[in-house]
Amino acid sequence: MSISALLSMGRCCCRCCCPRGLWMLSSPCCDDRRMCVCPGPRRIGIPVRSPSLPLFSDAMPAPSQLFFPLIRNCELSRIYGTVCYCHHKHFCCSPPPVPHSRLRYTLHPAYATFCRPKENWWQYTQGRRYASTPQKFYLTPPQVNSILKANEYSFKVPEFDGKNVSSVLGFDSNQLPANAPIEDRRSAATCLQTRGMLLGVFDGHAGCACSQAVSERLFYYIAVSLLPHETLLEIENAVESGRALLPILQWHKHPNDYFSKEASKLYFNSLRTYWQELIDLNTGESTDIDVKEALINAFKRLDNDISLEAQVGDPNSFLNYLVLRVAFSGATACVAHVDGVDLHVANTGDSRAMLGVQEEDGSWSAVTLSNDHNAQNQRELERLKLEHPKNEAKSVVKQDRLLGLLMPFRAFGDVKFKWSIDLQKRVIESGPDQLNDNEYTKFIPPNYYTPPYLTAEPEVIYHRLRPQDKFLVLATDGLWETMHRQDVVRIVGEYLTGMHHQQPIAVGGYKVTLGQMHGLLTERRAKMSSVFEDQNAATHLIRHAVGNNEFGAVDHERLSKMLSLPEELARMYRDDITIIIVQFNSHVVGAYQNQE
Amino acid sequence: MFYRLLLIVRQRRASPGWQSWTPSRSSVSAAEAHSVVLPAQAKVVICGGGIMGTSVAYHLAKLGWKDIVLLEQGRLAAGSTRFCAGILSTARHLTIEQKMADYSNKLYQQLEQETGIQTGYVRTGSISLAQTQDRLVSLKRINSRLNVMGIPSEIITPKKVAELHPLLNVHDLVGAMHVPEDAVMSSADVALALASAASQNNVQIYDRTAVLHLLVKKGQVTGVETDKGQIDCQYFVNCAGQWAYELGLSNEEPVSIPLHACEHFYLLTRPLETPLQSNTPTIVDPDGRIYIRSWQGGILSGGFEKNPKPIFTEGKNQLEIQNLQEDWDHFEPLLSSLLRRMPELEALEIMKLVNCPETFTPDMRCIMGESPMVQGYFVLAGMNSAGLSFGGGAGKYLAEWMAYGYPSENVWELDLKRFGALQSSRTFLRHRVMEVMPLLYDLKVPRWDFQTGRQLRTSPLYDRLDAQGARWMEKHGFERPKYFIPSDKDLLTLEQSKTFYKPDWFEIVESEVRCCKEAVCVIDMSSFTKFEITSTGDQALEMLQYLFSNDLDVPVGHIVHTGMLNESGGYENDCSIARLNKRSFFMISPTDQQVHCWSWLQKHMPKDSNLLLEDVSWKYTALNLIGPRAVDVLSELSYAPMTPDHFPSLFCKEMSVGYANGIRVMSMTHTGEPGFMLYIPIEYALHVYNEVMSVGQKYGIRNAGYYALRSLRIEKFFAFWGQDLNTYTTPLECGREFRVKLDKGVDFIGRDALLQQKQNGVYKRFTMFILEDHDTDLDLWPWWGEPIYRNGQYVGKTTSSAYSFTLERHVCLGFVHNFSEDTGEAQVVTTEFINRGEYEIDIAGHRFQAKAKLYPFSSLFTHKRRKDDVELSDFHGK
Repeated sequence: MSISALLSMGRCCCRCCCPRGLWMLSSPCCDDRRMCVCPGPRRIGIPVRSPSLPLFSDAMPAPSQLFFPLIRNCELSRIYGTVCYCHHKHFCCSPPPVPHSRLRYTLHPAYATFCRPKENWWQYTQGRRYASTPQKFYLTPPQVNSILKANEYSFKVPEFDGKNVSSVLGFDSNQLPANAPIEDRRSAATCLQTRGMLLGVFDGHAGCACSQAVSERLFYYIAVSLLPHETLLEIENAVESGRALLPILQWHKHPNDYFSKEASKLYFNSLRTYWQELIDLNTGESTDIDVKEALINAFKRLDNDISLEAQVGDPNSFLNYLVLRVAFSGATACVAHVDGVDLHVANTGDSRAMLGVQEEDGSWSAVTLSNDHNAQNQRELERLKLEHPKNEAKSVVKQDRLLGLLMPFRAFGDVKFKWSIDLQKRVIESGPDQLNDNEYTKFIPPNYYTPPYLTAEPEVIYHRLRPQDKFLVLATDGLWETMHRQDVVRIVGEYLTGMHHQQPIAVGGYKVTLGQMHGLLTERRAKMSSVFEDQNAATHLIRHAVGNNEFGAVDHERLSKMLSLPEELARMYRDDITIIIVQFNSHVVGAYQNQE
Repeated sequence: MFYRLLLIVRQRRASPGWQSWTPSRSSVSAAEAHSVVLPAQAKVVICGGGIMGTSVAYHLAKLGWKDIVLLEQGRLAAGSTRFCAGILSTARHLTIEQKMADYSNKLYQQLEQETGIQTGYVRTGSISLAQTQDRLVSLKRINSRLNVMGIPSEIITPKKVAELHPLLNVHDLVGAMHVPEDAVMSSADVALALASAASQNNVQIYDRTAVLHLLVKKGQVTGVETDKGQIDCQYFVNCAGQWAYELGLSNEEPVSIPLHACEHFYLLTRPLETPLQSNTPTIVDPDGRIYIRSWQGGILSGGFEKNPKPIFTEGKNQLEIQNLQEDWDHFEPLLSSLLRRMPELEALEIMKLVNCPETFTPDMRCIMGESPMVQGYFVLAGMNSAGLSFGGGAGKYLAEWMAYGYPSENVWELDLKRFGALQSSRTFLRHRVMEVMPLLYDLKVPRWDFQTGRQLRTSPLYDRLDAQGARWMEKHGFERPKYFIPSDKDLLTLEQSKTFYKPDWFEIVESEVRCCKEAVCVIDMSSFTKFEITSTGDQALEMLQYLFSNDLDVPVGHIVHTGMLNESGGYENDCSIARLNKRSFFMISPTDQQVHCWSWLQKHMPKDSNLLLEDVSWKYTALNLIGPRAVDVLSELSYAPMTPDHFPSLFCKEMSVGYANGIRVMSMTHTGEPGFMLYIPIEYALHVYNEVMSVGQKYGIRNAGYYALRSLRIEKFFAFWGQDLNTYTTPLECGREFRVKLDKGVDFIGRDALLQQKQNGVYKRFTMFILEDHDTDLDLWPWWGEPIYRNGQYVGKTTSSAYSFTLERHVCLGFVHNFSEDTGEAQVVTTEFINRGEYEIDIAGHRFQAKAKLYPFSSLFTHKRRKDDVELSDFHGK
C-alpha cells in the first residue's frame, strides 16, 4: 500500500469517522492527519522523518500490512477514527497527561452525554451513515469479529503427506496488536529435508525489527543445524555451482506475515557462512543429530550473526540502518519442534509453551514446557548473579528488571545489554544519523560493568508426546498476563473437542416438555452462532483473554470496549497477544507408542 | 418396554445368571454364571449375544446343527440390541433386504407362540412420508417392489395419512407409502426369545464370557481363546456388532470387517394425556430425518442427522463409553423436525434422550459371509441400524450358508468379500460412516457416488484425465471416469445430477458414444482385477479347465470369455482369460471380484508349489480403445498390421506401442464394439496414453467414461457380473451356452448342474427389453430392480438399464421367470414363452410397454471390416 493511500485513508478516518461519545474536536487541524499523528508516539506505519520521532517507531512500510485488513473494512476505519480522536484529545486539547484512572474516559457515560450534541451537529453537517448506530459506543459483534479475525491463520497438515505420517493435525494462530505497529511475530514451517515441524512466537521490544528478523531467520538456522552432513554438502555444492537449491522449509504464513526482501541476500550469506562452518566442523563421525543441541546452536548462532552484522555494517544505507535497528531492539522466542512423538521446546525469554493434556475423565490439565526467563524465575536470578561479580548482585536485577530496565532475562538482539560500552559508542558514532540522534540508543544502562548481561541461549525442554497430549499452546506473555494457564488449556481443550458451547443439558428428574426443550435449544443455538463463530482456536482464546468477565464468560460489552481502546491506551490494558495452537493427532501418537 | 428393560437389567444384576428371570430358565443350562465351565470343544462358536448372534444360533439349531456355543461378553441382548428402537420395517431399497425384513417379520410374529416369551410384537404398520415429489418417486419404486414380493403396501394421499395417524401435520406432504404389516416390538425380548428357543435346541449360551482372539491353523479356524478358557471349534461366527471390527483385527491373521459406530439418539416421552394407542402406525419422515413410533402411550422418536458423531474409532474406549450421554444440542434439529410433524406434542413431557451407538458400513449394506482369509470364520454385523428388521432373515441366510455352503438367496450385495483390506482403514471408516449415516434418509437417486474416502486407488493417468474434465465414480476404492465434461461446458454441480429423470450429462455421454461408434475413444479401465496364473508344467491349464466352463486349451494368444461356475452352475465370476503362453494365463475379472475371485481360486487351487497365482491388478494400466478407427491408431503407433487377418478378434499379442515395448494388446472391448484393450505396465502408461492421444487426434479420438461404456454394452446385451449375473445364474439362463464346453473332456465345476439344466430347461431367462412408449425427456428413467410384467403377470425384475443412443430407446436387461398362475411355482421358461408375451416394465408405479428380445440387434451393429461378429454370431447359433 502506498503511503499516500494510507494518508488519504487516515484523513478519511479523521473526517468521517466520528465516534459517538468521543467527539471532542471541531478544530480544523483535524483535517491534517499528520497533526494528529505527530504528538503521538506511534501511528500506523506512516514514515515521518521527524528527528523527534523515536528510532524504533519503525519506518518500515511493511507493518502497515498488519492493519490493512482492518482498514479495508469500512466499519472498522471508524475504530481507528476513534483512536485518532483520542489522540487529539490527548495531545492537542488537553496537553497535561491524563492520570491513569481517567483513561477510562472513553467509556464514561458522562462523556457520551456531553458529546452528543456535537455528534448531532456532526451528523447534521456531514449527513453520514451513523444515524442508525446506537448512542452507546459499542462495536457490533461483526465488527468485533473482523478485528479478532484479521490476523487469524489455520493450517491443516495432511495426515499423510506422501512420505511421513504427521503427528501434528494442524495449527491455528492469531495475533491481536496492542502496540502499533505490533511487535509480536509468529512463524510456522515444515522442515523439508528433515522430518518435523517448527512453530514459534516472538515477542519484540523496543520496536519490531528484531522480532521480525528472528521470525524470518531462526527456523533456517534450526533447519540447517538439523541437516545431515551430506545434505549440507549438497546444498553448498548447489549454491556453488548456481544450481537450484533444495528447499529447506515450507512456510505456513498468514498473508500479513511478511519477509523483508531487501535483507534476504544479507541474511542468506550469514546463513551460508553458518552451514559452511558446520561442514568444516564435521568430523564425519557422528551422524546422529541431537535436536536439543541443534536448537541451542541455532539460537546462539543467529544472535551472534545479528550482533556481527550490526558491527560490520552494510554499504547499503537502508540495510545498514536495518541491521542496527535489529541489533538494538530485542525479541524473545519460544519455538517448538515436533517430530513424531518427540517434542522439543526451546525458549528464550518470557513467552510460554503449554501442553494441553486430557485426563482419563475428560478434564483438562496444563503441563508447562518452558520456563520464563524473568525475575519470577529463581534459577534465572541465581544464574545472573553467578555470571557477574558479587558486587553487582544488587544492581544486576532491580525492580524485577535486568539492570532495572529489561523484563526478560534472555533475548535476541538488545546489544545494549551485550556489547561493551566502547563497542556501543563506536557503532553508534559510525552509524547513520538517525541512530546518532536517538537518545535511547545512546543511553548506556546504569551499572553496566561486566557485559554481556543478556544471552539468547535457549532453555530446551524435551517432552515425549502421549496420546493424552492433545495440543500445545505457544503464546507471548500478552496472553499469560491475562489468563491462568489452567483456563487457557481448558478453553482450548473444550473448544477443540467441540464442547466449547455451554454445559450440556440433562433432563435429569425434572419435568420438561418437548416444547420447552425446543425453545431452550433454539435459544442456545442462536447464542452459539452469534458469539462462538470462531473457526480458529487461537481466535477463540483471544476472545476469552480479552473479553472474559469475572465469571470466566465472554462478555461482549467488555470485549467491545477492549477492542475499541485507542491504541496507546490499549498498551496499558493489554500487551500484544500472539498465539499458536498446535493440535496433535492422538491416533498417530498412539500408533508410535504401540510400535515401541 | 425400555423401562421394563431397565428393570430387567437391575434384576439381572441381582441374580446370578440372566436365565433366572425368564420363564424358560429351566430349559437353559442351569449352571451358575460364576462357576461356569466352558466346553472344551464345539462345532460352532458364536460371538455376540445380540439379535444377530441369537438369530444365527436359532437358525443353525433349526437346521439340525449340534454343539453350538454362544458367547456374550456382557449380558444377553444388552448391546445395541437392548437400545434398539424396536421398529421392523420392510420398506427397504434392496430386494434382498426386503426379503430379510419380510422373513424377520414372519418369524418374530410367531416367536411368542413358539417360546412363550413376550416380545411386545404389535402389528402397527408404517407410513413413510414424502415431502417432495422426488421422495414420492423413491417411495413408489419401493412400493412396486414390495407389491411383487407379496408384501401389501400402497401409496396414499396426505388426507389418508391424517386418517391413519391422529397427531400428524400433513399440510406439507405430497404423499406417503403405507405398509400395514410392519410392526414394532422389543428387540431385546426378541433376542431373548431367540436365545431361549435356541437353548431349547441345545445351544449352549454363556454370558459374561469375552472372546479374546481366534485360533487359526493353516487358514482354518481351530478354536477360540476366551477369558474363561479355550474352546476348540470348526466354525466361528463374529456377531460382535460394533466390536466386530476390533475382534476381526485381534487375530494373528487379521480379518477385515469394515464397519464403524456412530452415536445415535432417540427420545422417549411420558404418555400423552389420552395415551397413544399401541397400534398407532410408525411414522418415517425421511425428509425430516426422523422416525416416530408409539411407546407406552407416549412416543419414541429418533433420526439420522446430517452431522453424525462417529465413535469408538480407536477401539473400545472407556472414556467414550462413559461419555455416552444425552446430547440435546445435537438432537435439536431432529426435535424441531418432530415438533413440525406433530405440533401437539409441545406439551408432552420428556422422559429420556437415549444415546445408543449404531454400526454402519462403507456402503450402507450389512456384512455377512465367510472371511476370504480364514476358512470357517463367518461374520454377521454392520446392520446400519436395521438390526431388528434384518436379524431374522440375515441369521437364516448365514445359517444356510454355513450348513450348505451357500444361502438360499443371492446375497452378493451383502457378502463380506465385496470388501478387501483396503476398506479397513480406521480413518476411511470414520469418514465414510459420517456420510453413510445421513444417507439412510437421503434421497437415493440413480448413480450416486460416495464423496468421502475417495481417491484411494487411482490410475497413473488420473491427473491427466481429471485435468481434461473427467468426473469420477468409485468402485472398490478405484476411481473410474464416468464421463468427460467438455471444456466449453460449465461445471455440473452434483445436485443437478441428482434426478430420477433425464440427467444433465445425457448429451455429453451421447457424444462420447457417437465417437465410439464413428471414430475412436479411450476409456481408462485400469480398475479391473487382473490375475496371472503360471505353472512349470500343465498344472495351470489343468486347474483352469477344472474351474472354468469354457475350453481353455486354445492356441497361445487366444482370449476366451468364460464363467467360473459353482457346483450348481452359477457364475462365481465372469471373466476373460488370455493364454499368454503354454503355461501361463492372464485373467481379467470385474473390479469388485478382487477378493472374491482370489479366495475362490485359492480355495480350489491344488497345493502345488509349481503353480503360481499372482494378483497383477496394480501392475497394469488398462486402456480401452473403442471404435472403428482404433485399428488405425494402433497400427500407426506400432508399425504392425492390425487388420483382422493379422489380428483376429479375441486375440492377445505383446507388442510395442510408441516407444514402449511389452504392451499386451487384446482385440476385445467389453462392449461388443470393435477395438482393443491395451494392458500397459504402469510405468509406460503416461507415454502410451500421450502417444495414443496425439496420434489419434486425426482420427477424432477423445476420452470417454464408464457411462458411455455402459450404454454400449447394454444395447449389445452384454451381461456384467455383479449387476446382471450372480452366483445363482447359469450360462444357460443368460444365453451363453456357447461359452460352455460340456464336452471338453474335463468334469469342470458345475458341469453336472448344467447338464441337468440343459435337459430340464431353464427356470429363468436373461432378456433384453426395449421400452416402447417411454419419453426419455419427460418420463422417469429406469434404473434397476424394476418389476417386469408379462401379460399383466409379474415375471421378474430388471438388473440393469441404459439409454441406447443407437436405438434411441431405453434398454433394460432382466430375468424373466414363469410363475405358475395357480401355485406361483417357478416353471420352465422357453424361448416361445418369452417371445409370446406382452411385456411391461414398472417404473415407480408407471408401466411402460416393452419389447422383449433374447438376442441383440445384429443388423444395427454390423461392422464389415472386423470379425467381431464372431462373438455375436455365436449368440445366434445357439
